[in-house]
Amino acid sequence: MSAPAATFYDRLQEVLGQGLPVAVATLVRGNPLGAKLLVLADGVEGGLGEPELDAAVAVAARDLLAAGRSATRAFPIPGQDEAVEVYVETYPPPPLLLIVGAVHVAQPLCRFAKALGFAVVVADARAALATTERFPEADRIIQEWPDVALGQVAVAPSTSVAILTHDPKFDEPALLGALATPAGYIGAVGSRSTNQDRRRRLEDAGVSPTDLARVHGPIGLDIGAETPEEMAISILAEIVAARHGRRGGPLTAASGTIRGDVDDAVGNQPTSSGE
Amino acid sequence: MNETLPEIALWRGRGERVALATVVKVEGSAPRPVGAKMAVSSGGELAGSVSGGCVESAVFEEAQDVLASGTPKLLRYGITDEMAWDVGLACGGTIEVFVEPLDAPR
Repeated sequence: MSAPAATFYDRLQEVLGQGLPVAVATLVRGNPLGAKLLVLADGVEGGLGEPELDAAVAVAARDLLAAGRSATRAFPIPGQDEAVEVYVETYPPPPLLLIVGAVHVAQPLCRFAKALGFAVVVADARAALATTERFPEADRIIQEWPDVALGQVAVAPSTSVAILTHDPKFDEPALLGALATPAGYIGAVGSRSTNQDRRRRLEDAGVSPTDLARVHGPIGLDIGAETPEEMAISILAEIVAARHGRRGGPLTAASGTIRGDVDDAVGNQPTSSGE
Repeated sequence: MNETLPEIALWRGRGERVALATVVKVEGSAPRPVGAKMAVSSGGELAGSVSGGCVESAVFEEAQDVLASGTPKLLRYGITDEMAWDVGLACGGTIEVFVEPLDAPR
């Protein structure tokens, strides 16, 4: 009754290639063992053997997809003593990293972010810097001023914006533009004094304290980064931490869960930009 | 979490059959989270990881069995005691691993 898994695997690759959010539900305890249901935003394909089960699983799968989690859930079947178990694997669209400033650090940042599964957009008005030769892994390169570029990108709460321009002429419009979006992470490169000056100018421009607190500046975690590659790791580590509602720091200094979203553990308090 | 293993496309492109093992449940502490994957080819290759080395060889054997029979399996491993002693991992948790064939047996 269910299509062979190869069909599902191929179909899943096809859907993922189109960038569509999708969940795959697999019957892992019950019959027919291994049956699959593909849950898309606007419908389902395949089936787990019972239409009522398919409907219940589709609802659970869409909730898990929205939360970006995969999990096994038990579902009772009328007339059966034991509940079946269904593993729901979700494939939310990749989170977006917008890099403003096609500078040297942006190159390893783009490369490493791609390895971490981000969709990466690089924006810089300077045509000599914003090139595919310099950013072969970028999903998109926008040769525009930061505020214009921000308007050309769909920014969601899962989006991170890294502002690397290091020049008030570029990074202030970028910050003002980013603060007008729901971006979950906004970081800006610069020394401590640069950041203090910048904060003052943003305050003068009418940016609220709440919005100022959204800006991670100086950008990155405190790992003593010197080379562009080390800086990229520092920035990405901060972005990953913020996405999980954590501040970063050695695990030896923390307690509670090691993986995933923050719990109530001491030393793992969420940042202001946590999801 | 979900994982994609580029080796799968490579192996299938060569005409090999593939079994996919996925961590579908974690109780307590475990080396890899739900969604972690390991693929095994009919040629005996292996990619990815379901436990960071703890139960991979056992899952590999089960995956060859699944490839031969075409029937999926749900496996349950307590990562404790003797296995932990073997590899120096004292996680203390339990994982469930679902192993399924991506292609029908020949």
